Amino acid sequence: KMSRPVQARRLEGVDKNIWVEFVKLAATYSTVNLGQGFPDFPPPDFLKEAFTRALSGEKHMLHQYTRAFGHPPLVKILAQLFGKLLGRELDPMTNVMVTVGAYQALFCCFQAFVDEGDEVIIIEPFFDCYEPMVKMAGGTPVFIPLRPKAPKDGKLMSSADWQLDPAELASKFSERTKAIVLNSPNNPLGKVFSREELELIADLCVKHDALCISDEVYEWLVYDGKEHVRIASLRGMWDRTVSIGSAGKTFSVTGWKVGWTVGPNRLLQHLRTMHQNSVYHCATAAQEVVAQGFQREFERYGKPDSYFVQLPKEMQQKRDQLVQSLVAVGMKPIIPEGTYFLVADISEFKSDVPDVPNSDEPYDSRFAKWMVKNKVNASALFHRIYHGVFVPSRLAVLIRASSGGNTTSGQRPHPDPVLVWKKPGHCLSPW
Amino acid sequence: FRVEFTKVAADPSIVNLGQGLPDISPPSYVKEELANVAAVDRLNQYTRGFGHPSLVKALSQVYERVCGRKIDPLTDILVTVGGYGSLFSTIQALIEEGDEVIIIEPFYDCYEPMVKMAGAKPVFIPLRNKNDGNCASSADWVLDPGELAKKFNSKTKAIILNTPHNPIGKVFTREELQVIADLCIKHDTLCISDEVYEWLVYKGKKHIKIATLPGMWERTITIGSAGKTYSVTGWKLGWSIGPQNLIKHLQVVHQNTLYTCPTPLQEALARAFWIDYKRMDDPDCYFYSLSRELESKRDRMAQLLREVGLKPVIPDGGYFMIADVSTLNVDLSDVDGNQPYDYKFVKWMIKSKKLSAIPLSAFCGPETKGQFEKYIRFCFIKVNVLETINMGSMVKKGSCQKTTWWLVFF
Repeated sequence: KMSRPVQARRLEGVDKNIWVEFVKLAATYSTVNLGQGFPDFPPPDFLKEAFTRALSGEKHMLHQYTRAFGHPPLVKILAQLFGKLLGRELDPMTNVMVTVGAYQALFCCFQAFVDEGDEVIIIEPFFDCYEPMVKMAGGTPVFIPLRPKAPKDGKLMSSADWQLDPAELASKFSERTKAIVLNSPNNPLGKVFSREELELIADLCVKHDALCISDEVYEWLVYDGKEHVRIASLRGMWDRTVSIGSAGKTFSVTGWKVGWTVGPNRLLQHLRTMHQNSVYHCATAAQEVVAQGFQREFERYGKPDSYFVQLPKEMQQKRDQLVQSLVAVGMKPIIPEGTYFLVADISEFKSDVPDVPNSDEPYDSRFAKWMVKNKVNASALFHRIYHGVFVPSRLAVLIRASSGGNTTSGQRPHPDPVLVWKKPGHCLSPW
Repeated sequence: FRVEFTKVAADPSIVNLGQGLPDISPPSYVKEELANVAAVDRLNQYTRGFGHPSLVKALSQVYERVCGRKIDPLTDILVTVGGYGSLFSTIQALIEEGDEVIIIEPFYDCYEPMVKMAGAKPVFIPLRNKNDGNCASSADWVLDPGELAKKFNSKTKAIILNTPHNPIGKVFTREELQVIADLCIKHDTLCISDEVYEWLVYKGKKHIKIATLPGMWERTITIGSAGKTYSVTGWKLGWSIGPQNLIKHLQVVHQNTLYTCPTPLQEALARAFWIDYKRMDDPDCYFYSLSRELESKRDRMAQLLREVGLKPVIPDGGYFMIADVSTLNVDLSDVDGNQPYDYKFVKWMIKSKKLSAIPLSAFCGPETKGQFEKYIRFCFIKVNVLETINMGSMVKKGSCQKTTWWLVFF
């Protein structure tokens, strides 16, 4: 046994993780963490109040196991809400399953559906965990990039300008294609796939009898009046799609780790098998409170005081402010249609970032580390996740509430950290 | 089976003594800390993936004291979604196709499917009852050392140990652990030690960590659970503790499966641990007071089971008790299915007596079902249920033995 490694072979090639690396680095340098995807503003008051109320009551069963596949009040309201959004009657017991964050939902999907020899199409740029999860399940990731179209003269690029080439996409489907992973709104670009783009993907899924794993965690963070179209609602797609959502992103409570899958029983039954053999139950209290949050939102759906209306409105302002700040320091931001991420072109800064001779570390990774050491942490995911297409010059930055202006909670605004990056001698911030 | 019986027992008219679910309240400071945490904004967002810093720090302090060795909070600990999540991370990290894993019967039911899912082969060895008399204790159930030795070979990657043991309640002695340790060292085998009931040990018994035996720290992953420690099964927080060269692989699994556990629960748990860490020399420490509270419930349940003609096996630890039901000779010909006796008995009991427990053959491999099918498992970390039973036993006994039995359980 001494000659063989102690760990299982399924861990080969999945041991590196960019968040573990960067979060450690950010902590070391006490930087403002603009990279990792979580809000720095509080959850909405109604949710905090619900949490406090739940805990102050005498319901100590809130501290014991609940139904393994999802706390009944939560799966019921999810079935109601998503039934309405998808235009079909959903059974809370068989069409909905609660997971430990959307992350675990993704894990269950890959483990349940992907086998050795299967191919899974991943659209670049992608949330970094898709690739190692496919590999850990023994599958082969097949990448296809979103490609930028040049914007009109003088205008800033939008995430809508990044598109799949239909012929190229069609060529990626083969008889070994088990599934395609769709992430809309897309992290990190912020792209919100249009109905036509989704129909393109749907047609190929139907043609090749492929599944669609649809990561829609940012479904409520959509700007400029754009519509988030759910691929599961397209013709022929309900029966082959698992839609994934997240309370963390929906209600700005990433630390609660409550996610869910919605789909047909024939697919969810396998997710349940996977779930009962991996974590079995999810924590009860958070599910109870999220259920109450959803109940409130269901009653206010579409109304101006709905959190799902207010949050994107507020974030859109932050987005616009951040875009201005980045332009002011000479970066070229790509205006996101959704999510709270923004990608900016940093090629202008090459001269400022110290060159490291004999290093094969990509430019954007070095840039990001330079930013971290100099007080701002931004994610250098872009090179790593943009597989196969050499685009080293972009940097993903997170839009945060602290990017100027007042927050709804009345917090004192932080100085805009991005303005630090104006060339030396032109620093506009007291940072 | 678990999903099957949980569904039936979700019926509120049925007294559920099956699932391992406390209905006693967690200590008030545990609930208070969670309420305090809820008010802190940043604790609603992601924390460190491998475990919230204040929690891993608290765990390292508590377990350093218990184990008598330095434990690095960042490299030697992984926080997981319950003890269940630790089992999963450990097995996925260290077990694969071609491996054999020794599982002691009866076993917590998830061990077998998790080992199989990792592509490995489970190899079973039963605990055997060396005393079939009326004063049965969990200590009477032992492994045959010769039989155990034969189960080890060059393919044996790990043995799963569960002490205190679910469902029997056995607390393995130092000598018994040494037998296992010697074989692990001889065959260079890992030990996955499920110690979620580590604090629930009754008078006269001591929980011993196999990782503290010579030669064992470097090959053992020890699993613990907040749910069992603080009676908060619904928090689903557990942990794996071991040497860095093993824990690092569990961390890789974790970062590719759920990445991080909920923050507010981890912070509240950390605070609760600090409270009890500071009083580990005091008998009021919850780690000791809970087992005192449960010991009287254990004794009460044993008494009730005897009164109705069952033969309980008194557990030295944990909050489960098994009882031999074959003595009742209930007519189960109506109960459908080609199932073991105990499955049929429990189904009959749920339907006609509104009482649920778990059949023991659910906890063993295919070869030993015959050995275990006369036992069912009861959970006694219950407040209200025992009072209900208590009321029932005040009713006058009828002439028919069957009637007596029914009356006690209503």
